[in-house]
Amino acid sequence: MATATKKKMVQWDPADVKAELLKKYPPKVARKRAKQIMINEALENTTPEITANVRTTPGIITMRGCTYAGCKGVIMGPTRDIVNLVHGPIGCSFYAWLTRRNQTDPGPDGENYINYCFSTDMQEQDIIFGGEKKLTAAIQEAYDLFHPKSIAVFATCPVGLIGDDIHTVAARMKEKFGDCNVYAFSCEGYKGVSQSAGHHIANNQVFRHIVGENDEVKPGKFKINLLGEYNIGGDGFEIDRIFKKCGITCISTFSGNATYDQFASAHTADLNAVMCHRSINYVADMLETKYGIPWIKVNFIGAESTAKSLRKIAEYFGDKKLIATVEKVIAEEMPEVEAIAAEVRTRTAGKTAMMFVGASRAHHYQGLFNEMGMKTIAAGYEFAHRDDYEGRQVIPDLKLDADSRNIEELEVEADATRFKPRKTIKEIEALEKAGYKFKHYAGIIPDMDKGTLIIDDLNQYEAEKLVEIMKPDIFCAGIKEKFSIQKTGVPMKQLHSYDSGGPYAGFKGAINFYQEIDRLVGSKVWSYMKAPWQKDLQLSASYNWE
Amino acid sequence: MLLRHTPKEITERKALTINPAKTCQPIGAMYAALGIHGCLPHSHGSQGCCAYHRSALTRHYKEPVSASTSSFTEGASVFGGSANMMQAINNIFTVYGPEVIAVHTTCLSETIGDDLPQIKKKALAEGKIPKGKYVISASTPSYAGSHVTGFSNMVTAMAGMAEPTGKKNGKVNIIPGWVEPSDMEEIKRLTNMVGVKTILFPDTSGVLNGPLSGEYKMFPEGGTTVAELKSTGDSIGTLALGEWCSADAARYLDKEHKVPCQVLDMPFGLQATDRFIDALRMVAGVNVPDEIALERGQLVDMISDMHQYFYKKKVALVGDPDQLIAMTEFLVSIDMCPVHIVTGTPGKKFEKRIKEITKDMGGKVNVKAKGDMFLLHQWIKNEPVDLIIGNTYCKYIARDEDLPFVRWGFPILDRQGHQYFPTVGYKGGLRLLEKILGVLMDRQDRDASESKFELVF
Repeated sequence: MATATKKKMVQWDPADVKAELLKKYPPKVARKRAKQIMINEALENTTPEITANVRTTPGIITMRGCTYAGCKGVIMGPTRDIVNLVHGPIGCSFYAWLTRRNQTDPGPDGENYINYCFSTDMQEQDIIFGGEKKLTAAIQEAYDLFHPKSIAVFATCPVGLIGDDIHTVAARMKEKFGDCNVYAFSCEGYKGVSQSAGHHIANNQVFRHIVGENDEVKPGKFKINLLGEYNIGGDGFEIDRIFKKCGITCISTFSGNATYDQFASAHTADLNAVMCHRSINYVADMLETKYGIPWIKVNFIGAESTAKSLRKIAEYFGDKKLIATVEKVIAEEMPEVEAIAAEVRTRTAGKTAMMFVGASRAHHYQGLFNEMGMKTIAAGYEFAHRDDYEGRQVIPDLKLDADSRNIEELEVEADATRFKPRKTIKEIEALEKAGYKFKHYAGIIPDMDKGTLIIDDLNQYEAEKLVEIMKPDIFCAGIKEKFSIQKTGVPMKQLHSYDSGGPYAGFKGAINFYQEIDRLVGSKVWSYMKAPWQKDLQLSASYNWE
Repeated sequence: MLLRHTPKEITERKALTINPAKTCQPIGAMYAALGIHGCLPHSHGSQGCCAYHRSALTRHYKEPVSASTSSFTEGASVFGGSANMMQAINNIFTVYGPEVIAVHTTCLSETIGDDLPQIKKKALAEGKIPKGKYVISASTPSYAGSHVTGFSNMVTAMAGMAEPTGKKNGKVNIIPGWVEPSDMEEIKRLTNMVGVKTILFPDTSGVLNGPLSGEYKMFPEGGTTVAELKSTGDSIGTLALGEWCSADAARYLDKEHKVPCQVLDMPFGLQATDRFIDALRMVAGVNVPDEIALERGQLVDMISDMHQYFYKKKVALVGDPDQLIAMTEFLVSIDMCPVHIVTGTPGKKFEKRIKEITKDMGGKVNVKAKGDMFLLHQWIKNEPVDLIIGNTYCKYIARDEDLPFVRWGFPILDRQGHQYFPTVGYKGGLRLLEKILGVLMDRQDRDASESKFELVF
């Protein structure tokens, strides 16, 4: 076995690791980073504070991207029948073109603009004289060519600086067309401190401009929205398969394989199930306030979590038949999952993992690793806020700073005609009394062992050090981190875009993941790092027959 | 259909770019800077630019790409990024210890008018740049030119490091342009064979095609050293390969330090390689060895052996100007017909050059600088081709139109080989032909009826 030759069970003290990570930094950087590196005490509710959602440090190689990436790339990118038009120089649209592995299924005749890249390709004269005219013309040209039901406009850095009023342009074109909803996102890359700000800007505009546009009641007895699922590598398809099997109707997914109409009908669902807490919990809150739809946290990463989430949805509806169907589906799906997990575990049990990704995946994927008998020894988020680490109880204490202040919070009220509480107060209370948790997320901290490391906004230098000291069997992050880690002989799995794999959600996804991690940590390639003459430096030799 | 909304009918677009055939300047600057030994590219802008460029280059090379950013926030965008840059310089030299920081701007820092040379002056005055270390900078506004322009601007900044001693070093500067690390290696192999001492810059070989050996080196062995860059001003001449990528730097050395330069096409294909070797021979005053003539002869041999499969086949091309000019010439030279040619990079000269190269080919040639792949697709719908050559995004067109497809250019995200196998030079020409023949014959085998299916081609 490749990894068996490596020294295992490296002994390290988390306090020493932390000190080592900080050692080389200039004092100011070290002070700042010290607050973002936490030795886990694994306490719920009373956990010490971790600093998160703060600026990166100039010159320190961060994993983070920008607000535009969060808005256009993450949230709106997976929508297939909206023409996503980027207003700016060409690069921003180019880099977000098909690179996130959002899958979609438009059917043979459906609208699908995911494979296209639209840009106003701003030139110097647009920067000097303003780009509104060009944007107006580009929207017109897109409309004339495709007649889409909707055009979304995204601002890049220079747009905010030169003051193009993209919202007025969009509103004017919407009015002019009459049959095409046009709206804009002020998601300039310099706003906020990470992609997270972009998620917020995107979701606010979807809520403001699309949700509630279609009141038609869709068929289905148990109707939910799945919030914060982006259909990377087909995750959403697997979750849809399971829902269908259970008789659960997904009205709208935010935003994997999403369509305009799904967003527009979101308010007709009866429950919101939140996958990625970070990118969308505020939408769940707004849907509850405005339309009376309660929300729960779910997690379809890991077979156990998937079963638990399905039961949670069934319990909410309280329908005996649904509960029975869900149990039947779990009973049908689990044997294969468990058999493969058991077989894989013979090779993976006792191995260690590190995860630095997203703001829910570093948490969710620990379940999958647990199912393989692997332990997460260090984890953290790229763009999370404190509540994703410590739990939602800290939300009232979160302080606005110069960066978060600039990200709009929508003021939402109950809709005059469409607000309809899905459950009576009594029903909610009864569920809660039985241990049912609405609007609950305890964060990553209580789920990780005491003495593990939790690190916010891990950077390249720290990643390299962590791997060097703690020698994990696998490291998970994104494409930028992949090859520097692998050069050291440690396999690296991308958990943003899954390299080329997936789905990893649901039951079938769990199997895919077990097999993928088994392949990675067991690959023979890790045993080829040194040539024979590099392993044995002795210069004399004897012939075989001697 | 993947691109199901692309109509056959071509309508003029003045404002909307669809499926671009270019990206922005900073990524070119980052790629060029990686070709300096011990260099950390630095993006002066918001952190997303740096993240995008690193991701794109990593996906293309499957190698680590380190680069830092000034991490602009709203405040820096209003008040200027000088403080961020100063902090970055300090942090970079303390934590990563590169020999050189190669800073490029972004549309953000350009729009607010940050002055990099001024910031560098301040950093020097405040002792933020350790002795023996360097900070170089290039202005690379994303709203002008393309990734090719950004590459050229950073290469010119590299030429700016020249410190002539007044004593000639007997070497020839070679500026290879935006080619693959494998191509740079091949150019070095050829110049070695000819027996010319050279300074190749930038040189990403050994940086972006590194080995897996259990050790991560943030600054790998490869790259043009600072000492070499300083010495470029003492060279006997410069060969710049590619007008768009390399001419500015060569002309800078010519003008500033009287190093005479020649601007050649990139050595893709038979004739461009001939001109490169010939120019090399002349500038260095050496004879070309027989080994080179042998390699050339092998390429000519394959062209003759396989001519029937190339003859009159129509080709659609998308890529960058320098590469496309050489490729168009190569295709014409083997009697293929490049009929649709698009680059996203501006420059009227491009269209003129392509028209010259194709003038005796017969039939209409569609060529556009500042075009996009949506237009290319429409041209193909109106006049079908037998082959498409370009970057990975072509696969959407290739599948929809059922076209044989050769991946060549930037970015290649779904196949391997470009890091390791060159397409420059005579050997590179063989590889291009092998690839072209491979897809054409696979198609012939796929489509042939059983009675027409053949063993020997």
